[in-house]
Order: sequence, then structure tokens, then C-alpha cells
Amino acid sequence: MVDKSAVGETGEAFGMTVERGKVREFARATKSENPEYLDDAAPVSEPTFLVSSVFWAPPGANRWGKLKLDMRRVLDGGREFVFHGPPPVAGMKLTAQTRVDDIYEKEGKRGGTMTFVVTVQEFRDEAGDLVAEMRSTAIETGKPPTEG
Amino acid sequence: MGVTWDDLAEGTKAEPREFGPLTRTDFVRYQGASGDFNPIHHDEEYAKGAGFPTVFSVGMLQAGILGTYVTDWLGAANVRNFGFQFREQVWPGDTLTCTGEVTKRYDEDGERRVDLELLCTRQTGGTAIKGWATFVVP
Repeated sequence: MVDKSAVGETGEAFGMTVERGKVREFARATKSENPEYLDDAAPVSEPTFLVSSVFWAPPGANRWGKLKLDMRRVLDGGREFVFHGPPPVAGMKLTAQTRVDDIYEKEGKRGGTMTFVVTVQEFRDEAGDLVAEMRSTAIETGKPPTEG
Repeated sequence: MGVTWDDLAEGTKAEPREFGPLTRTDFVRYQGASGDFNPIHHDEEYAKGAGFPTVFSVGMLQAGILGTYVTDWLGAANVRNFGFQFREQVWPGDTLTCTGEVTKRYDEDGERRVDLELLCTRQTGGTAIKGWATFVVP
């Protein structure tokens, strides 16, 4: 049973520096040959690069423990990256913080009631301006997911 | 970037592009880059123990490949929104095809923008990733 009182809870904020080598590594891993990522002295990062914030996150950065999800029944419902200008550029020092944005239910076709948990990780620059957001949706199914 | 506003009428499709065949090394390389070290994507014994025939790709890898595809088309600095849902799993040896189409072309906040529908499909025709994006067009 998902704890709906977790909506609005925030994880511990943490710093993340966007590094040129990491931008390049990530671009190569996602099969890019784009010189905008590989050759610019201060390259912009790939649109999904911010998942690598996990390398910077302290143990208290997320609120999954508080949510009481049954992880055996959880599916990844997708992601959305929102940029309030160009994506982060190498050299930027960002501050990241995750909050539980929404929890809602839908009736599933097969698995009973499905619970959707939306978390948003915000990324701000040194002036405190919002640069990017990573929205992640987790779905707790009514029954354990089966293969196929 | 060669693509201009006049090239992006609603209904315009990007040239499809193939990626792969994907290897286990591709999965490992992505796991190292992204920081997602779930063993189900690289540890054969672990994957079989969980009931899968072998390891399978990280969903975020094919999402990232779709991101590579679309930013090659419309410019890395121009993306303002990129979202996706995961559909079928992707397996070693799969070849992925990325496609994109302009669904809306409009002005907002003094900028010219396009909304896109994106797909990453497997060689079977099955959908691996269903995506959407918004780009500014300088």
C-alpha cells in the first residue's frame, strides 16, 4: 500500500557538477557522434544525461523508503526531461533535489488497481534558477507483473 | 544544423536510422556511464535466476539512443522537453530503428517550436520506446 501522505516530501538536496568527460562518456554510450557533445569545449549534455546525478546523490536524496512501495510489483512508467533553456552545459554546478510530486490510482485492465507515483528531480544553477527537471513515474501494479 | 523552420511542416518525418545490433558490451558501457548497475542487465546467472533467458538492455539506453537520434536531427542545444515510456524489452542482438515526426509547429514565448512524436522499434516491429519531444527552432 503506497503511503499517499508522502506527496510533497523532499529528499536531501545535493550538488552535481556537469563534467566534460562525463558528457562525452554518456554521449558515446548512447551511440552519439555529434560534435556538439564530443568536440565543443563546453558541450551541452544529452537530453537524458541527468540520470547520472545518481553518482552525486547522498543516501537521503530519494524518498522511496517513505513511499512504502512493494518493489516486486513496481514497473518503470517512463521519464520526462524538461529544460528551461538549453540542457546543462559542462562546467555548470547544479543543485539537485527530488520531491514526490503526485500519487494517483487507475484501474488496470488485468492487474487490479494500479498506483502511479510521480517524482520530480529539480536541477538549479548557482543563481538558484530552475534549469531542468526529471520527472519519473513508477507504477505499482495490483498483482506482481508476469513475463510477456 | 541544416534543418530550418521551413523544413518542419506538421507531418514532416525525419529520416529513419538504425542502431545496433546491440551487444552486452553496449549495455555494460551504458551502465557505467549512467550509474544504473542493476545486475539483470549484465550478470547472466542473475538474469536467468530471475526467470529471463539472458540479460536484457537498460530501458534508459534505448531512450538515450532515441535522444541521440532526435538531437542529431534538430540540435543538441534546442531540446526543451523529451519524454518516453518503455514498452518491449530489448535483447542482445537486437537492431533498433528510430523514427520521428513533427506533430505541431507553433510560436510560444517568442520562440518557434515544434512538438514531435518519436518511436524506437525492434527488428521484430515491436515498439521498444514510445517518445515525445519539444524543440525550439532557431
